[in-house]
Order: sequence, then structure tokens, then C-alpha cells
Amino acid sequence: MSTPEIQVKDLHKSFGDNEVLRGIDLEIAQGEVVCVIGPSGSGKSTLLRCVNLLEEPSKGQVFVGGTEVTHPDVDIDAVRRRIGMVFQQFNLFPHLSATENLTLPQRRVLGRGKEEAARIAAENLARVGLAEKADAYPAALSGGQQQRVAIARALAMGPEVMLFDEPTSALDPELVGDVLAVMRMLAQEGMTMMVVTHEMTFAREVADRVVFMDGGVIVEEGRPAEVIGNPRHARTRHFLSRLLDPAMAEVEEETSDQVGGPA
Amino acid sequence: MSGAETPLQPRRTGLSRRQKRRISRGAQYVVFAAAVIAFAVAADWGRLKNQFFQWDLVKQMFPDVITLALKNTVLYTTFGFVVGLVLGIVIALMRLSSVGPYRWAAGVYIEVFRGLPALLIFIFVGVAVPLAFPGTEIPGGTYGKVAIALGLVGAAYMAETFRAGIQAVPRGQMEAARSLGFSHARAMVSIIVPQAFRIILPPLTNELVTLFKDSSLVLFLGVTLEERELSKYGRDLASTTANSTPILVAGLCYLLVTIPLGFVVRRLEAKSGEAAK
Repeated sequence: MSTPEIQVKDLHKSFGDNEVLRGIDLEIAQGEVVCVIGPSGSGKSTLLRCVNLLEEPSKGQVFVGGTEVTHPDVDIDAVRRRIGMVFQQFNLFPHLSATENLTLPQRRVLGRGKEEAARIAAENLARVGLAEKADAYPAALSGGQQQRVAIARALAMGPEVMLFDEPTSALDPELVGDVLAVMRMLAQEGMTMMVVTHEMTFAREVADRVVFMDGGVIVEEGRPAEVIGNPRHARTRHFLSRLLDPAMAEVEEETSDQVGGPA
Repeated sequence: MSGAETPLQPRRTGLSRRQKRRISRGAQYVVFAAAVIAFAVAADWGRLKNQFFQWDLVKQMFPDVITLALKNTVLYTTFGFVVGLVLGIVIALMRLSSVGPYRWAAGVYIEVFRGLPALLIFIFVGVAVPLAFPGTEIPGGTYGKVAIALGLVGAAYMAETFRAGIQAVPRGQMEAARSLGFSHARAMVSIIVPQAFRIILPPLTNELVTLFKDSSLVLFLGVTLEERELSKYGRDLASTTANSTPILVAGLCYLLVTIPLGFVVRRLEAKSGEAAK
């Protein structure tokens, strides 16, 4: 591939005195699926939110599809139209039905006509398997259904890139599978995806590359089989062992020099 | 009863909690009944009836009390509410603005107009404005003046209501809208304000009730016969007939509107409480 779809250069982000990102360099090629894993407070969500500038980086550059997102004169609304984002808390618009959640942004942001927007909304709801819930309001949907509508809403805008911020963390365990299935489908269709997740099985099976972050830096990255199956760094091993077998974790002394801290 | 005494059931008085509760409830009924009886005995019902309930006077007031007085009260309130609504939205947006002077000016406005009696604002609009700007005429005559005076008062309260409503919409809603490519302003109009509006509908209706009552202050502006609203109309009639019946009728006309509105507010509150679950 020529230029990477997402390019992050020496990215820093501080909240007051708390430096959450300490120099991140990352490239994601077109059609690549990258899962970002790491302990809470490692800065992975902040990194994701810097890609579409929901967080303003303190230093460094971010490019999406060749456009510099961090440039002071960038038309950020235009850039964001090309980047779909899915949130942990779904963030559907509660006063609108599932269909209206999909049609309103198309009409207001892209200026699509009523019929075109409705057609694209129907297509995308069918794509996530929720055609029959078209008229339901978010409050009447399960968490998994809401998240699938949220994915459909982002897809209806025709994005080049999809960002997922812990998309299954707020779901009841039995509802996680439906959402992951939709994401797997997207990956197979060739969507460029950056996924912050704790779902190791998903990362192992779907991701082209896994990035492990801790303390605001990328500790290691590589093919999922390497990073998850055979981690090189002690911090990665430690994180994975706690994640994969939480019942075996032992009480640890909290060290004051821990980097990062809760975000 | 068992011999063991627990701290939850002190047996010093020999009464169970249920017995005590029953006695306390009974005492409250007795006090209430005594107060009602005392009031009924002390009041001079004959004079009250003479002064406040002259049936022929009541009949004489119709239909003017509705077609003129109540109509004007409703008109004054509506105009004032509309002015207050528009001004209130502007001030609330200023209060939430990233531009310092806007926030500051909106804050001063809210503090000043919430801190002043509505009566003073009516006098100010009626007297001070024509004095300060000679030759200027507030359009719409008395209706315009009342709309502005009520609007100025209402806007201060409504601005705070709007601000609270906008801030009650979860942050994620703005983030979701922005990440879809909405500009900040467009996200406000399409996503945030419609949700905020549902939250603030009950307090906004309360404000309507307040303005409805405050419209009586038009009394102090000096109005023509045709411009009289409920309070002025009732008071004028009371002084020409030397009887207070018109005041009572005017009061009932207020309740005719405010009680149903209060009912609407409670329904809205119950509904939004349900939706929040």
C-alpha cells in the first residue's frame, strides 16, 4: 500500500499534570484490522479518541487518509465524516428511532435526500441484522442491539475507517457475541478498523495486528499469535495472565511510581 | 411478649411502634379538625357572603370577565412567554459560550433580573424607558410593554432552566454527533436541544404559570378599559360596586388556567421520570 490509512506520529497527550500518552507512533494500512489492548489507564482509549480529534493532542501529528487531522486549519467535520466511531456506551440518540438515528446524520451532515437516506439506513440496519427493529427506540433495545444500531449509524455515513472504543465492555456477556459477529463481518469486507478491546479471542482471530499499550507507550506490537500467544515483554505477559485468568491474580502492592494511572 | 429487649423495640412506655404511630396519626387529625372548626366559628360568614359572594354581581361580570379580562391575561402571558423564551435561549447559549464576556454578561443579567421584584421591572419598562429614550415608542402599546417586562423577568429564569437542561444531556451525545461530522452548532440544534427540551418542559410550564400570575402587574402601567386583564378588571369592578365579589371571580379565573397547567406539569414530570428509568 502507498500511504497508510491512519498514521500517528510522536503523539503526546496530557490532562493537566497527567501525561496519558507519551509519544505514540503507529501506522495502520488500508483494510488492516488493529486491536489495541492494555490495562485501564494505559492511554489506549485516549489514543483512539485522538485519531478523530475528540481529544486534542498536546503534541504530535495524526493523519487519516493522507489528511492531517491535527493541522490547525483542518475542516475537522469533513474529516470526521470519513471516520466512523463506536462508543462503549453506544451513544444512540434516545429521542430518535433506530432508523432516524441513521437518517438524521445522513441528511443533516451529508445532505442526502429523504429517500436515499432511508434506503441506506434500511440497508445498514439489515447488515447488522436489525431490519425488524427499524422503528424501535433505543430504550426498547438490548445493549447488544443498541450497539449494532450504533455501528450501522456509523456505517451509513460511508466511512473509510472505523474506530471502536471498547464496543463490548458495557454489554452483558451473552450479548457480546452479536456485536463481535458484526465487527468480524466488517473486517472480512475489508474495512480499516482500529479496535480498543479486552476481547482477546476476537483480537486473536480477527486482528491483523495487536498493539499492547501500557503507561502511555506502545510496549509491543505484532501478529496476534505473537503478542497474545507468545508475548516478549514481561508487562504484556503480566497483563494477559491477569486478563485471561482473573481468578488466579494475586493481591499486589500498589506502587506509587506506576505510570499512567486511571484515565 | 418475649423477655429479651432489643434496642429496636424499647418497651419503656409499654407501647409497640405500631401503637405509637397510630396515636401520633390520630393526634394530627384532631389538630387539623380543631383548626378548621376554630376558623369556621371565628369567621363572620354573613359578612363574608355579603362581601364576596353577590350572585347578581357575578352574573353582571359575564361575559366580559372571560372575553375581555381573561383573554387579555392570556395574551399578555403568551407574548411575555414568547419574548422570554427567545431571550432565555440566547442568554443560556451566551452563558455556555466559550467567549468570556458573553458568559459574564449573561451571568450578570440572570443575577440582576432574578434578584429584582417583577413589579420594579414593570415600572422600569413603563416609566424609565420612555424617559431615557424620549420619542421612542415600544411597539404594540401596552401589549408590547407587558411582553417586554414579562419577557425580561421570564428570560432570566428560563435561561437558567435551559442551561441546566442542556448540561443534563449526557456528554456522549455531543461526542457521538461530532464524530458523525456534525458541527458544534448543528449538533446543538439537531441533537442536544431536542433532548434538553424534554427535560425542561416541566420547569418551563411552571414558568408559564408564574408569568400568568405576574401579568397582573400590568395594573401599574396604566391601561385603557380595553386592555384590562383579570386583576385590574376585578379590582376596578370591586371599587365601583364597593363589593369584593369581582376579586373572587377573577381569582377563580386564574385558577381555571393554573390548576390544569399544574396538572400538566405533574404528568410531564411523571412521564420524564419513567423515561429516565
